[in-house]
Amino acid sequence: MARRSLNTVALVSAIAMLGVAVRAEERYGIGREATPAEVAGWNIDIGRDGAGLPPGSGSVERGRIVFSEQCVACHGDSGQGGVGDRLVGGQGTLASPKPIRTVGSYWPYASTLFDYIRRAMPQNAPQSLSNEDVYAVSAYILSLNGIVPANAVLDAKSLAAVKMPNRDGFVSDPRPDVHNR
Amino acid sequence: MSKHTTDKRVREASRRRFLQAGAALAGGSAIAGVAGSTALAEQGNNLPPNVPEWMKAPGDPMGSQPYGTPSVHEKGVVKNISKTLPQYISASGRTPLQELDGIITPNGLFYERHHGGVPTIDPAEHRLMLHGMVDRPLVFTMEDIRRFPSQSRIHFLECSGNPVYTKPYGKTASDLVGLLSCAEWTGVPLKTVLDEAGLQAGAKWIVAEGADAAALTRSIPIEKCLDDAMLVYSQNGERLRPQQGYPLRLLLPGFEGNMNVKWLRRLKVVAEPAYSREETSKYTDPMPDGTSREFTFYMEAKSIITRPSGGQKLATHGFHEITGIAWSGHGKVKSVEISLDEGKSWQQAELQEPVLTRALTRFRLPWHWDGTPAVIQSRAIDETGYVQPTLAELVAVRGFNSFYHNNAIWPWRIDANGEVTNGQA
Repeated sequence: MARRSLNTVALVSAIAMLGVAVRAEERYGIGREATPAEVAGWNIDIGRDGAGLPPGSGSVERGRIVFSEQCVACHGDSGQGGVGDRLVGGQGTLASPKPIRTVGSYWPYASTLFDYIRRAMPQNAPQSLSNEDVYAVSAYILSLNGIVPANAVLDAKSLAAVKMPNRDGFVSDPRPDVHNR
Repeated sequence: MSKHTTDKRVREASRRRFLQAGAALAGGSAIAGVAGSTALAEQGNNLPPNVPEWMKAPGDPMGSQPYGTPSVHEKGVVKNISKTLPQYISASGRTPLQELDGIITPNGLFYERHHGGVPTIDPAEHRLMLHGMVDRPLVFTMEDIRRFPSQSRIHFLECSGNPVYTKPYGKTASDLVGLLSCAEWTGVPLKTVLDEAGLQAGAKWIVAEGADAAALTRSIPIEKCLDDAMLVYSQNGERLRPQQGYPLRLLLPGFEGNMNVKWLRRLKVVAEPAYSREETSKYTDPMPDGTSREFTFYMEAKSIITRPSGGQKLATHGFHEITGIAWSGHGKVKSVEISLDEGKSWQQAELQEPVLTRALTRFRLPWHWDGTPAVIQSRAIDETGYVQPTLAELVAVRGFNSFYHNNAIWPWRIDANGEVTNGQA
């Protein structure tokens, strides 16, 4: 599927025209072009490097309020967990017999926190928080874990710069790793 | 012993068991019949020599069930759903494997696992967007998707946490590995749709997103997308059930269940994975040293005996067929071996044809139970030569906190009364 890298504009054009002709036979002509506005509306993915993080910012202080209004029912007053996942603590436990996996101890990328809160939280009303409030509640959860200071204000640049404690804790799949006798 | 003699013995044994079971049904008052002699009559108005009541009047009219349902006598065969779910919208329901025959799971009994509830989607307003590193970003309606050349294939789906590594392990086959089902899927090869948009150089992954309240997101390696991945709209001949992603889902044969994104609304072609919550904080496999494995896609070879299995009882000595299912995310099941002596010796089970790639395979072994306690278990060997390991072998490498991809051999213990229980409990 990979297209060749080409050097001259003329050659690019010639091959492109040829390519269209060839592909026209292979294609079914089904579907319509997605407009940039349509893609922008649906493409809410945030990369691990922070790519896609929107403008705006949010403070730990604001996050405390958002958290108390939107999150405590499932995650507890201080993110200790309940019906929902535990969000806080557990650093240093991953190699123990009872590992505690939380945002602070386990999640490798802070930008994923923004991505997940925006797309899926709060569970009863996903995609209802403003970007500012998503930044704020992300900042609050990170501060509860001691990863950002209590006076932090996070935006696209500063959130992407956060290095999570378990950033390097993941390895690729070595299976088959277990052999029967 | 000739095959003919063996077959005859099996038939006779089977008949004896049938007669004995009948006697038990009649209240146990009758003594078990002996093959070849006069069977003792059972008591009952619907039993011979009487004419059963359901022959004495016409039955329900045609059309009394516009969409058919199982017999009222099968109403106990339902999904195995925990009564103590902490979150009903982020939960799972298991297939009652021990109640089913063959390899196809009925749609109503197909296992469920959701991360944000089951959305109710109007197919007329559902769209699939394909964008990112493509020549032409495209939007498809469901009518568009159905215009593409279609394919039907039979594949299993299995949740990666099926079961976890820690006790309690559960009592029945469904408790253990009920997050497993198999269906005939109809849709369009993903490659066909990707060709329509034109992949660009450097495209290595495709991020798939569901239209549920979790907007569940997983990254799929491009090799899988160009191999046997499908966009599926029908299951076992009818449109997908809402619980299975209606109107459109991704199917990645052999890959862990959650990657087969349901209610599929978006495919983004990218150079590196999304590192979404579901592929970092969940669905990564913790190891004893504190590291975790990421992108653990394949479901390795596995099998389980479904009859006799936990919670069942052998009502009588004599002939019993041992049967179960085997599967592998890496291809076809090459063979299944069964041990009747706590794993000391193994013998080949018979595989039901057709043996399909990345599909459930039914196996069987005729067995004569003499009434002594026994431990029975099966192990699958797939076409790569991989042999299903024991739980001890798995935890020796992965510990007890690995959570996902437990494909251990699972023994069943049969006591002198014929009661079958979990051999690991």
